[in-house]
Amino acid sequence: MTSRLLLSRRRLLALGAAGTGSLLLAGCDRWSSNTSDFRRDVLDRVDELTEGAQRLVMRDSTLAREYSEADISPYFRANGNIRVNDRDYNRLAEGGFADYRLAVTGLVDRPLSLSLDDLRVMTARTQITRHDCVEGWSCIGKWTGPQLGPILDLAGVQPAGRFVMFFCYDDFGNTLSGPIRYYESLGLADCYHPQTILAYAMNGETLSIPHGAPLRLRVERQLGYKHAKFLREIRVVDSFAPIGRGKGGYYEDGDGYEWYAGI
Amino acid sequence: MERVKPARRKIYRHAVIVRITHWINAACFVFLLLSGLQIFNAHPHLYWGDASTFDQNNQPTGTFLSIGTIINADGERRGVVQIMGGRYLDTTGFLGASQYNGQLAQRAFPAWLTLPSRQDLAAGRLWHFFFAWIFVINGIVYVAYGLAGRHFWRDLVPTRDQWRAFGRTVWEHLRFRFPHGEEATRYNILQKLAYIVAVVALIVMVLTGLSMSPGLNAAFPWLPELFGGRQSARTFHFISASILVLFAVIHIVMVLVSGVWNNVRSMITGRYVIKEEKHDLPPPP
Repeated sequence: MTSRLLLSRRRLLALGAAGTGSLLLAGCDRWSSNTSDFRRDVLDRVDELTEGAQRLVMRDSTLAREYSEADISPYFRANGNIRVNDRDYNRLAEGGFADYRLAVTGLVDRPLSLSLDDLRVMTARTQITRHDCVEGWSCIGKWTGPQLGPILDLAGVQPAGRFVMFFCYDDFGNTLSGPIRYYESLGLADCYHPQTILAYAMNGETLSIPHGAPLRLRVERQLGYKHAKFLREIRVVDSFAPIGRGKGGYYEDGDGYEWYAGI
Repeated sequence: MERVKPARRKIYRHAVIVRITHWINAACFVFLLLSGLQIFNAHPHLYWGDASTFDQNNQPTGTFLSIGTIINADGERRGVVQIMGGRYLDTTGFLGASQYNGQLAQRAFPAWLTLPSRQDLAAGRLWHFFFAWIFVINGIVYVAYGLAGRHFWRDLVPTRDQWRAFGRTVWEHLRFRFPHGEEATRYNILQKLAYIVAVVALIVMVLTGLSMSPGLNAAFPWLPELFGGRQSARTFHFISASILVLFAVIHIVMVLVSGVWNNVRSMITGRYVIKEEKHDLPPPP
């Protein structure tokens, strides 16, 4: 009798454990959907913990490793959008981007409109760095362009400015409400990092369209999707909550990638 | 005739910290593995060195391991695995191409092995890092206890007499004969070595995982160098996970064949029953 009871209790335990396990796994599909509370309250906040931990062990100015010419990848994989459907952009591209202007707007004392020549006369930084895609692969390339910090200083960031939005020309096709062009954002500290540059050249040549011509962001301590290509406008804001779904970027809003892409 | 029951005695085998961290670790391992395979599916190619290598068409080249899909001569979609540039191994149905929603879908690991089951890198990453934090904190508690409480030295490091009897222990295990009596009060040498491999592999998981972080690479440039670069670290992350899967399979099989309830109970309550060997018994009256 006792042994039978014991057996049933054991079986119950085993069934319970197996059942809980599969329920948990099935639940994960639902809990990780964009609309779940668990996703919003817990999963999405792990990124804040990760960012806090990483900021503890590195200074704002700690540099990403820089490589030698010999390390440059023979073929640097172009990812994300490798062409742009925007009519304005394609007109600019036909003219060799001679009429291109980068707008610097938002919470600044002096909004700017910078041509490529304006950017080329600024002190440029050249860095050979490793580009890490969120998918898992890496390529090493040489990037040249002015640092973002001095450009922001030129415009004069107002005390209320806390983040910088990067608006781009490219989009990933139509949604119900029309195309959503790519956008990203960074905190001011990362904008003033010495290796955060607006690159107009790659591996010693003018930046090609697949890699984000005429100008792309480099933010070397974070993953590839933060490195906005085909830059159109830089806007200083106090919060990115009103933009898109409020998570600070195209992939952050649409897919649920982390805003802090440090791992 | 009365049958002589073997004498039984209960020993206290697992400290409470070991039991708690064991189950948290087991749960984390399952979730980390499944979400890790989801992340792997986003780019199912492994490389050596710091960077990946691509040809002019953006296709991975010179990989250590690639899982992909090809269209064969008959126009059929086939899942294939390629190791170190060798011949394609057809793995249709499991790796490279497997059933999802009633279709043969192009995906490295099948839906039943990924978390979530749909192809969703963002959600896979969220789960992975959520459980990675729990796993790391739990692991720190365990290692701190193992060092400070002398659990590692007392229970995991093989003794000299165990090394001397190594061959005999292997032979007995091959015949599924497990220690009884006094010898069963401690881990046997194969157990000890397996647990050491598991602990080391788990530590390698953390270090190789952190080596893939561009942020931590800036803070600790030596970290990815330990493994020969970021892509090598990613490859070792995969190899180390494979070793842990192998460990888990052997571990579970051994638990099943060497007295499943005694083993499971000992990891829940701490109490483990030892059956005394004949010569340990008092002489019959």
